[in-house]
Amino acid sequence: MKDFIIPNDRDMGTSAKTGAPVTLEIDGVAVTVPEGTSVLRAAAEAGISIPKLCASDNLEAFGSCRLCVVEIEGRRGTPASCTTPVTPGMVVHTGSAKVRKIRRGVMELYISDHPLDCLTCSANGDCELQDMAGAVGLRDVRYAAPENGGMVNHFEARNTSGEANPEWLPKDDSNPYFSYDPSKCIVCNRCVRACEEVQGTFALTIQGRGFDSRVKAGGADDDFLSSDCVSCGACVQACPTATLQEKSIIELGTPDRSVVTTCAYCGVGCSFKAEMNGDTLVRMVPYKHGKANRGHSCVKGRFAYGYAHHKDRILKPMIRERISDPWREVDWDEALSFAANRLRGLQAQYGKKSIGVITSSRCTNEETYLVQKLARAVFGNNNTDTCARVCHSPTGYGLGQTFGTSAGTQDFDSVEHTDVVVVIGANPTDGHPVFASRLKKRVRAGAKLIVIDPRRIDLVKTPHIAAAHHLPLRPGTNVAVVSAIAHVIVTEGLMDEAFIRARCDWDEFQHYAEFISNPRHSPEATSMLTGVDPAELRAAARLYATGGNGAIYYGLGVTEHSQGSTTVMGIANLAMLTGNIGRPGVGVNPLRGQNNVQGSCDMGSFPHELPGYRHVKGPEVRAIFEEAWGVQIDAEPGLRIPNMLDAAVDGTFKGLYCQGEDILQSDPDTKHVAAGLAAMDCVIVHDLFLNETANYAHVFLPGSTFLEKDGTFTNAERRINRVRKVIPPLNGYADWEVTQMLANAMGAGWTYAHPARIMEEIAATTPSFAGVDYALLEEKGSVQWPCNEAHPEGTPLMHVDGFMRGKGRFIVTEYVATDEKTGPRFPLLLTTGRILSQYNVGAQTRRTANVVWHEEDVLEIHPHDAEVRGLKEGDWVRLASRAGETTLRAKLTDRVSPGVVYTTFHHPDTQANVITTDYSDWATNCPEYKVTAVQVSLSNGPTDWQEDYAAQAAQARRILPAAE
Amino acid sequence: MSPEKMVHMANQIATFFKTQPGTDQAARVAAHLTDYWEPRMRQQLRAFVDAGGKGLDDIAVRAAHLIE
Repeated sequence: MKDFIIPNDRDMGTSAKTGAPVTLEIDGVAVTVPEGTSVLRAAAEAGISIPKLCASDNLEAFGSCRLCVVEIEGRRGTPASCTTPVTPGMVVHTGSAKVRKIRRGVMELYISDHPLDCLTCSANGDCELQDMAGAVGLRDVRYAAPENGGMVNHFEARNTSGEANPEWLPKDDSNPYFSYDPSKCIVCNRCVRACEEVQGTFALTIQGRGFDSRVKAGGADDDFLSSDCVSCGACVQACPTATLQEKSIIELGTPDRSVVTTCAYCGVGCSFKAEMNGDTLVRMVPYKHGKANRGHSCVKGRFAYGYAHHKDRILKPMIRERISDPWREVDWDEALSFAANRLRGLQAQYGKKSIGVITSSRCTNEETYLVQKLARAVFGNNNTDTCARVCHSPTGYGLGQTFGTSAGTQDFDSVEHTDVVVVIGANPTDGHPVFASRLKKRVRAGAKLIVIDPRRIDLVKTPHIAAAHHLPLRPGTNVAVVSAIAHVIVTEGLMDEAFIRARCDWDEFQHYAEFISNPRHSPEATSMLTGVDPAELRAAARLYATGGNGAIYYGLGVTEHSQGSTTVMGIANLAMLTGNIGRPGVGVNPLRGQNNVQGSCDMGSFPHELPGYRHVKGPEVRAIFEEAWGVQIDAEPGLRIPNMLDAAVDGTFKGLYCQGEDILQSDPDTKHVAAGLAAMDCVIVHDLFLNETANYAHVFLPGSTFLEKDGTFTNAERRINRVRKVIPPLNGYADWEVTQMLANAMGAGWTYAHPARIMEEIAATTPSFAGVDYALLEEKGSVQWPCNEAHPEGTPLMHVDGFMRGKGRFIVTEYVATDEKTGPRFPLLLTTGRILSQYNVGAQTRRTANVVWHEEDVLEIHPHDAEVRGLKEGDWVRLASRAGETTLRAKLTDRVSPGVVYTTFHHPDTQANVITTDYSDWATNCPEYKVTAVQVSLSNGPTDWQEDYAAQAAQARRILPAAE
Repeated sequence: MSPEKMVHMANQIATFFKTQPGTDQAARVAAHLTDYWEPRMRQQLRAFVDAGGKGLDDIAVRAAHLIE
């Protein structure tokens, strides 16, 4: 295993600045640093480590620990170097006898109220207090508890007479992942500041004053778990002692090495150090030089990795003749030849196009590339699709039509330059938490926020943040709202005409301007449809158009509608109208759902597109791959996921290889998905667990987690990040090897020895990846595509000098009401989403301690709607649509408007997708998850569907004992 | 695919392109279908149109005649 050499990630004490150069002298060494830099950091840059405890370079300087004091010639006293900015010609002494004496005195006081159990302490070897005691030369502590007197320390539970010490507090172990031991706290405030400045949750505070000062989570009766704490881990990372400590470290000891890798949860794509002790992963720590996360993390990436070793993991291949049979464990050869023979047999009987693949947005680029190649080169058809179908396919279509590429336009750093942030149909604090923290930081610094969402999501009002405007639109009316914003901008003359003339097609703009100026698009005219206050909408439009750098961030609340693609075009129109494209702080930013949903699209997972978003109809594109692969490529688009299921029900689609995706739980209209799967003769599930789809599978190929393989993920900002093998695959093979073995069992003759070879093939065939190779990723850490001769170091910002397609296109966006309408039978609108602690179908997070935050899906319903139905908080309720029905518990909240209900889809026993329908985006077939007409009523137990489903699942998951 | 679902999908596409400027809406619907609908879906649409095309938007019917 090759260890990645970690660049210097030592703590520099205070943050980097960008001012004009200033030269000073520290301990006789001349140092030049940007204006605004602290003396502490300037010394660190010169290689001089000034002792410190309360300073950390991801926090504002605080100046409380008094350990970093220095002497500066011409100044009185001994200022704290963390809070003292450099000045030209300053002469600093960091190690004079005077400051050494002060530091030793300070340390002596700290240690007088700290237990001396270093040898058995969980932070032994990883404790800054211990390090600083050594650095200042502390040899003696003169302060001891007075004999026979009241004990005045915080760390002993009882005094020598056995009396309880009122100052002592027990450990708080309520959080499943870390413990809080108040007896070891030095009140440096780093945890409190990290919670405020880095995470932006403000869950922690210092309670009391002076000697009574204590770190406190939440209010008087709270512990960590009941407080607002989101368990992001920033406080644990900030703590210099064992006060806030990962339980894994307490249990397993400190790490001895680390490997930099990329989180496999959401589309933010955070970089982590996987810290190892021997071959055991003891901790995941956000990597400071990760360009997506800049050293921050959320509860999922930081802590929820235990699923990799969960007992439910299947490590041996299994097959069965019929889905009514129990599974039979077999060796790899038998499983692969069984699968290959069945697939080839189906093709012989039902035609070449009777089988297909679903690539995984959770697997690496290299793995995804091989799965689509399997369809195109080995199956001989284009029946490949990916879960992006059900999330961001409208982004691909909409931005492709307007800008010429589906790419999000910015990097995440861009938010630091934004003046007006518009969040549409996204819930970043739950779905993209690390980006949300960066966004909130920018809003606290003065940027304005506009939230367009049916629910009052956390961003609307959260500590120290309030949205300037919240437009709580009725689900399904996105196009009307976005068009009304454009109407205001155009009719009030707020557009950036110079930008439009220079960068966009003027004729199309004029047609668009005439269209959008029609009074039927005005906020007043559409408010009856949308439910949005026209004055509020006008104010929001004016703010976006005139408030400086305007950036739009959007999620699946935009795409997962009948008019998803149209809304994406409307959003692109807004950015073009206001000239908010092509520089830092602006842009159109799709927040991708899964870790590699961007990459899976880039890699040609869609049935109509070869890698690099090139339509299969193009002979010149096919020629590139025909030459590389030595096969003929079908010129016709293949089946999309919903089309595959329809064709299966029709009897023309009989076999599916589904990698790392659980379509039965994640795709809409579960009954239809189940019927499609049941109609197939060979379903191959390649996954970590017997997921819901596997209930209908004939072959199960065990998968590997992101910890067990090499490869790359591409995040929402098009950033290609390395995934590095931390432990060997528990199932014996990385997923790319399994796909290769399946391809070879079907006669492919592939010989990839490492994912780097696959990336070479991607670079050789795909212009936007032409410059990408593992050596470059090793050198740069990550790159954003396009990365090629024109952009050898990648492309942080798109469309800087012109749109990808040349001139930007304004497209007319007429609102068309969805056919999913409320009526007497189904009077409420259901919209769906996700929650911070759980991820997608929950296959991973449900198998971690994250269930303490969310152990079941609940139905959010407005108290008025609940009252008329006689529902109380916590009641079991029946949720029914024309597609199906399920039961779950009700949660009464005014976060949803009257008429709207909301739930998540993390748990298979709820199966929220039994309710969702087969309506989909007009252009891409992206399902309309966000609008379903439903009825809610009291329930006295699981529905027949739930009972039948549970029985079928239990039956389908039986595994025969292995034959000896 | 059920005929109702196919009609619904084809009509959605037609509805979008009808709102767009120009006079070639049927051709643009046909181009969209050719680019994104797998051949057996297009054949099903074509056969449905040949059998009367009940419920299909006029533009979708005209588009169906333009696709291969």
